[in-house]
Order: sequence, then structure tokens, then C-alpha cells
Amino acid sequence: MVIALIYIALFTGAFLAVRAVGRLRDHVSDFTSLKTVTFGDESAVRPNRAASIISVLTIFLIWGAFTGSKWVPTILHAPGPFIGLTEFTYTARTPDGQTDDATVTVNVFPLGGDAADPVVEPGEGWARNDAASIGAWRSGLIRVDANDAFGRDEGAVVVAVNGKAIEPGGEVFVDDGRLGMSPRGTLNFVPAKGWQMEPIWLPAPEAVVARLVEISTSGYQNSTLWEHLGWSLARVLLGFACGALVGIPLGYAMGLSDWFRGWFDPIVEFMRPVPPLALIPLVIIWAGIGEAGKIILLFLAALWIMTIAARSGVSGVRISKVHAAYSLGASKWQILRHVIVPNSLPDIFTGARVAMGVCWGTVVAAELVAAEKGAGMMIMVASKFQLTDIVLMGIILIGVIGYGIDILMRMAENRLVPWKGKG
Amino acid sequence: MSSLQIDDISMRFDLPNGTSVQALKNVSLELKQGELLSVLGPSGCGKTTLLNIVAGFLAPTQGRVLLGGKTVKGPGPERGMVFQQGALFEWMSVRENVGFGPSMKAMAKAEKAQIVDHLLDVVGLRDFKEKAVYELSGGMQQRVALARCLANEPEVILMDEPLGALDALTREKMQGLVLKLWKETGKTVILITHSVEEALLLGERLLVMAPRPGRIHKEYQLPFAEMGVNADLRTVKKHPEFGEKREEILSMIWEMEEEIMGRTETTDA
Repeated sequence: MVIALIYIALFTGAFLAVRAVGRLRDHVSDFTSLKTVTFGDESAVRPNRAASIISVLTIFLIWGAFTGSKWVPTILHAPGPFIGLTEFTYTARTPDGQTDDATVTVNVFPLGGDAADPVVEPGEGWARNDAASIGAWRSGLIRVDANDAFGRDEGAVVVAVNGKAIEPGGEVFVDDGRLGMSPRGTLNFVPAKGWQMEPIWLPAPEAVVARLVEISTSGYQNSTLWEHLGWSLARVLLGFACGALVGIPLGYAMGLSDWFRGWFDPIVEFMRPVPPLALIPLVIIWAGIGEAGKIILLFLAALWIMTIAARSGVSGVRISKVHAAYSLGASKWQILRHVIVPNSLPDIFTGARVAMGVCWGTVVAAELVAAEKGAGMMIMVASKFQLTDIVLMGIILIGVIGYGIDILMRMAENRLVPWKGKG
Repeated sequence: MSSLQIDDISMRFDLPNGTSVQALKNVSLELKQGELLSVLGPSGCGKTTLLNIVAGFLAPTQGRVLLGGKTVKGPGPERGMVFQQGALFEWMSVRENVGFGPSMKAMAKAEKAQIVDHLLDVVGLRDFKEKAVYELSGGMQQRVALARCLANEPEVILMDEPLGALDALTREKMQGLVLKLWKETGKTVILITHSVEEALLLGERLLVMAPRPGRIHKEYQLPFAEMGVNADLRTVKKHPEFGEKREEILSMIWEMEEEIMGRTETTDA
């Protein structure tokens, strides 16, 4: 909630700031900048580069601020958990009504830090001073009566903390935390957690980078990072290649022959809406959890997409082009080779982009289920050990690679089918 | 010398709703080698159907088309087509488009290059040889289409509203080019058009077709195409007989259109 409000504030603030700066700068004077109607004219809406950069920075800023990152200036950090020595006083009362106060000193230590109890004097009276140590973000039961002359066994009970009354099940807020009382009368100290996330839930960005460096040099689960990613990529490429190799000719056949269209239409139309992830259990039953199963799954994921892309590529050819080619003396084979195939390439590229995206998602999901190597397996194993930094690193790398594949496909498309949309 | 014979063609087909359409009824026509025929008529009179039958894309339900004594059974390189637009192969350069026909015949490279260069000179696109077709204007694209058709040395050229999508100025220039090419190559040409002026300018013979069922309504022999070969087309248009013929044909087509409208209104009521 707070994070959402901060995000909205940064969004609005950056907008106002960039606009103010933009006023000072020279204006662009291209044609689009002269359009007065931009609200509703999609072509006049161009992504604001400054917004994109600030957007990415904002994500890292919020991430860093709420994890106490070293990359974010301390002044921008969200309040962290309490760390250091803190004290509170409790009041104990014996059954015959005598009361006495004693002080508890607690050392709240950073995770992985010095866990030693502070040294305290016993103090005066029958209730003695206590010492305890609790890790940041943790809580701990403190048996304050354990060293008292009249303890729980003698019928003494703790009745107040810092002068505020407390009873079993109740709680009292002290300077640096909260004190609860268990049903049996033991105090439970919960140091203030602040706003920052604990590293096991969300590690700081530098921890993720450090993990990336560590795993890319020394590996994880018996394989280097590049082996994990390489295996995932290789599976995608092989599965996609098999799917395309079968799907494209099948799509052409469906676009060119009544019989093929009739025969395969029900199969393709039925399989198309079945998400590949739903096939994982069946593929595991049939082919096991090894490589064959994964390739079959990716093959099925790519097959229908490529079939439909090729089919629509054939049906998208203008009949006048085919007529023209026949009138120029082309044979059926020449029509296929020189008219139908080139005409369908843009559709096939679009299909290939979709199929690669689907395959990449499917391979990660399949590796989550079972694999010895692979990006999905890496984050799944890491999550079982609560290694959130590896999980985050894996997710980021999966995203970057998926995006990279799409960019490469688009570049190939621009190079290989420059006539797309020009017919 | 091979003549084109359209021999008593009828075409009738069923619609999904159970009725049937008589697209053409008893159309007969004979064209001598080198004749230029333009076909005119209100929409739905079957002129494109007729052209598609001659091209071999459609089979008539009755009658046949003969070219040089041989029955037309399907599309073939001896009958070249020029379409309105979008029939060029955008994945090929101008040169490859024009050379498509010769390539299909596996003609030797040098010979093909010679034909392509010559035709690109004829249509004035020599400098655009290596350009992609989508980089050209509409008029240039139609010149490529003409050159592509001619490169294949067809006996008959079939044009389906080849200039329909062009602006008025480009259209007039292209009409001049079509006339020039017709005269120079001596090909038999059938040209379908919507424009009465174009039909008058580009037709030694002019066929006016009537709808429902599609049939030949009237035929003219015209002097304007021959005049246009040597004179400016605008001078031809100023000829008094040109104006007369235009008015005559226009009112003829208007009548047909009104008849169709009337018939639709009565069926609606």
C-alpha cells in the first residue's frame, strides 16, 4: 500500500519534473509535434524516453530503498529494522501483593551478526535485571522471572511493562518493539521491523548481482549458469525447430488442399486452445521427465502455432497474384516456390515470434516440474532453500532472454521480409 | 495468325440459399489477331467473369473459348493478364517481376536480361530496375505489370480495369502508353473498364454488356484508338463524334442501371 502510494507519487512527480525541464529546452519541430490533437490520435503518442528511463530507475530505487541497498543513498532508505541495545522495565507481583521492578536489556543484532547477550548487573530487590539477544526481524520469548527470587513457580506474575498493565494474551508497545504475553505469562519481545524487507523475502539488488557473479563463475547445482541457460535455450530451439519443420508444411497443405484442411482442421482447432502447460502431466506420464519429454512438449507448443501461421499465410495470398503467376506460365510447384512461400513468410515470422515466446515460457515451466539442468530448475531448487536472490536473478535472466529472443526475431524479420505489409 | 473465339458461352451457378445466378448467357465473339476490344457495362453484367473465363480461371457451364483453334482449359502463358492492382510480387525487385515469365520457362540469363531491359526502356522504368515494387507509385507499378505481361510474349493480353485505381492525370498518360504498346506489339487486347471515356479511347471495338443475365447488349466499331495512336488523347476527346458516342453509351448504361434499381424496388415491395 505504502509502496503503491510512493510509486504513484514518483510517477506524477517525474512527469511534472520532466515537463518542467522540457519547457526550458528547445522544442522538437517535426511534423508530429505540430499536431494539436494527440488525445485519441494513436500515431501522435510516442513513448517518452525520459519516462522509460525514470521508470526503470524507479523500480530499482524502490527495490533498493526497501531492502536497505548500498546502491541507494541511506537518506532514501525506508526505515530499517531496529538494531542495537534496548531496555524495558517490568513489574512483577507475588501472590501476597509485593511488587518489584527490574530492567531487561535486549541486544537486537543484525542477521548473521554478534548474538551475545549484554552483560547486566542483577540490580536491587527480589526481581532481578535480565539480558537477552534477538535477531533483527525475529522475536524471542524472555523468561524474565527465571532469575528472580520469586519466580513463576513461587506464584509471582508479571503485571506491567514500563508501567503499563499487561496480562496473558495482552501486549504492550515499548520504544523499539512490541511485548506480548503468552497465555502462561512469558514475555515475547518483537523488535520493531521497520519498513524494509528481510533479505530472505527480498534481497537487495547488489545481493542479486553478487549471486549472478558467483553463480556465473562457480555454478549452481553442479552446472554453471551458462549451462543452465544454454540447456533451456537449446531445448527451446530444438523443440521449436521440430514444431516448425512439421507445422509449416502441414499449414501449407491445409491451405492448399481440401482433404488436408478437412482432416486436420478438427485436430488443430482442438489442440490450439489447449495450453501447453496442461500437457506437462501427460507428457511426463508418456515420456518421463527426461529430455525427450521436454522436446515433445515444446514441439507440441510450437506445432499448432506454426501450422496456423502457415495456413493463414497461404490464405492471405491475393488471388490476383496467383492468377498472374499462372498466366505467366508458372507450374503448381513454381507457384508454391515463388508466390505462396514468399507471400506467407511475414505470417510465418509473426507465428515464429509467438511460438518462440510460448516455447520459452513452456520450457521454464517444464523445468520447474522436473529437470537436472535449466533456468527453471535453477530457480525451483533455489526456492526450496529460500535462496530468494537466486530466484530473483533467474527470473530476471529469463525475462531478459525472452525479450532478447523477441528482439532478434524482429531484427531477422526486418531483414528477411522487408516487404511485410507492403502488398 | 491465331484468332480468339468465344463460342456461345453461358455460365450459371448455384448460391448457398438455393437460388442460382445466370452470370452470362449465350455470349459469342470473335477477335482477330491484333484487335483491341474494350468491354463496358454496369456492375454485375459479367464482364469480369467473361475475362476470367477467357483467362481460364473459370470454366463456363456451356460453350467454349478457342485460341488459335485450341480450346482453353485453364490459365496459360499465351493469355497474359494485367490486374487492377496488387498483383505484382512485392518480394521481388522490378527486374525480377518483369523477368518472372521468362524465369518460369528457365530462359537463359542473358536472353532474359535483354528482354527485361528492353521492356523497362519501353515503359520508361530503366532507372528503377533494382527498386522494390512497393517503393514505386501506383502508375509505375502498373507499368511494371504491363512490362511483366509483355515479357512473356502472350498472344492475347487481358486487362481487368488496369487503370482503375490511378489518378486522372496518371491514368491519361497510361492510356497513351497502352495504345502505343498495342500498336507496336500488335497483340490482341481485351480491356475491361468502368470508364466510358476509357472504353471509347482504348477500343477499336467496344462491347456494351447488359446485366441479369450477363449478355452482349451492343457492339461498336470505333475510330478513336487508331486516332489516338498518332494524336494527343485530348484532341481525340474533343472530336464531335467522341462526345456523341459518349452520351449515347452513358444514357444506355443509365437506363440499365435504372432498370436494375426499379427491379430491386419491386422485389423489395
